[in-house]
Amino acid sequence: MSEPLLVLDDVSVSYGQIRAVRGLSMTVHPGEIVTLVGANGAGKTTTLRAVSRLVPIASGRILFRGRDLTRVPAHEVVRLGVCHVPEGRGVFANLTVRENLLLATYSRRDRDRINQDLDRVFSIFPRLAERQHQPGGTLSGGEQQMLAVGRAIMTGGELMLLDEPSMGLAPILVEEIFRILTEINRQGTTLLLVEQNARMALQIAHRAYVLEAGEVAVSGPAEDLLDHPRVREAYLGG
Amino acid sequence: MLGGPDSGKGRWRAPLLAAVGFVLAWAVPRYQLISPYYELILMYIGINIMLTVSLNLVNGYMGEFAVGHAGFMAVGAYVASVLTVRAFSWELGPYLFPLALLAAGAGAGLVALLVAVPSFRTRGDYLAIVTLALNMIVKSVIENIEAVGGPRGFLGMNRLTTLPWVYVWVVITLWTIRNLVYSIYGRGVLAVREDEVAAELVGVNTRHVKVQAFIMSAFFAGVAGGLYAHLLQFIHPRNFDIIKSTEILVMVYLGGIGSLMGSVLGASIFTVLLEALRFLGVWRMVLAPLLLVLLMVLRPTGIMGLREFRGFVPADELARWRRLAPAPAGPARGGGSGAAGN
Repeated sequence: MSEPLLVLDDVSVSYGQIRAVRGLSMTVHPGEIVTLVGANGAGKTTTLRAVSRLVPIASGRILFRGRDLTRVPAHEVVRLGVCHVPEGRGVFANLTVRENLLLATYSRRDRDRINQDLDRVFSIFPRLAERQHQPGGTLSGGEQQMLAVGRAIMTGGELMLLDEPSMGLAPILVEEIFRILTEINRQGTTLLLVEQNARMALQIAHRAYVLEAGEVAVSGPAEDLLDHPRVREAYLGG
Repeated sequence: MLGGPDSGKGRWRAPLLAAVGFVLAWAVPRYQLISPYYELILMYIGINIMLTVSLNLVNGYMGEFAVGHAGFMAVGAYVASVLTVRAFSWELGPYLFPLALLAAGAGAGLVALLVAVPSFRTRGDYLAIVTLALNMIVKSVIENIEAVGGPRGFLGMNRLTTLPWVYVWVVITLWTIRNLVYSIYGRGVLAVREDEVAAELVGVNTRHVKVQAFIMSAFFAGVAGGLYAHLLQFIHPRNFDIIKSTEILVMVYLGGIGSLMGSVLGASIFTVLLEALRFLGVWRMVLAPLLLVLLMVLRPTGIMGLREFRGFVPADELARWRRLAPAPAGPARGGGSGAAGN
């Protein structure tokens, strides 16, 4: 197998007295879709926030392309190639769609590639092209999710962290978002996906980790987990 | 919008207008076109525009809440005054005045740096408390330095502040802050206001952005303080207390956050109002807080509120708006966005 893109080695994260993630180890290889599934409070979001350095790591190491991220500030992690689509999308409501997208190139210097990426985002999300001069806050929930994903593409990152991209969306939009995520992955971006909608996530993912109380309970190829009795019972409704 | 140079037909309009304005600002005192009293008020308006626009950068564009702007003004006023009175010789004073003003801005900026580094580690309301405290500390420190007159105030400055000087500094302030907010760096300032976590996630070093914008804001407040001191020719720690800071806040919110034109209007209207109501005596001081309360209740967005006068928007940005929205009637949306009045 190829060199892993992302390695979490015995990572623990605490919020005050509460240990949200305990001794988590996992790997993501280039080109994969890896999903983290689990109940509320299992530590999925915290794991993503640890990777993009939004929360301090209590112990353990996070390696991205072999480089230790433990002491890298969040805005630098973006530059290294990790983009994070946060829970609740984090769209800049008073800035236009286009400004939202261009802001993601804040630390990029490769101007010609930026225009290519903008075209790419507009071809993946024609709706964003139509609404590019509208303030981000006026978009519907689904469009805002598209904008958040588009913005992540614009950072030029090769690893995209997605936190509950299906949250609050109508079922038809959820299908649409997942179809697009598969497409983005096919174009070469590695995805680490956190989802409550375990069935959908397991259907598009290559591998999966099931988290329980901040620890990996089960892991393996996604299709195997779809049939795993424990996973079926807990997350897929029997 | 990515910091490109202005282009297109509107390119020469703003510099031309600025030049015409300068000639006027020069001619008014030279040929005594208006009474000295009105000239004085014009200069107050200019100084207040500088204070308002600079505070708007932090409170409006960046969405933080700083409440002690008069503290920076005080630092600038005293730095400039001590320089012109004590350090510079009498004859050279007028020529070194710009230097004194730059030093005033630098002094205020330095104080801002000292405050910003610890207070931007945390977010939100802390800045309000810290700047409030700073305002009080600056005032008390000056009151206790005998060398600058302590509580008796400081005098001996020549009246070096003239209408052309005020005009030039107002233009520099507006130009600098306009260029900042429409640059890619300035978009980072807006991103901090919109969503700090998301800003960090698209690569904005939010802490640096906040500290730098805060220092720039303090710089212009310091210069404004220097101009103020050499207009009044007598400064007093009480000139720079919380009430003064409140007045600047009122001007910002009256005009509207995130709008240069808003700040120009807010400062002008408030200054004229304060003069016109001079007959009210002490009761005039009730005006600022009262206006602030009324404003928050009746029109929280102020006169302009995130919209911008088209003349203050860089030409290439405007050109981009025109392509999509054919001739919008109202003032364009600014302080954040390119979508013209639609």
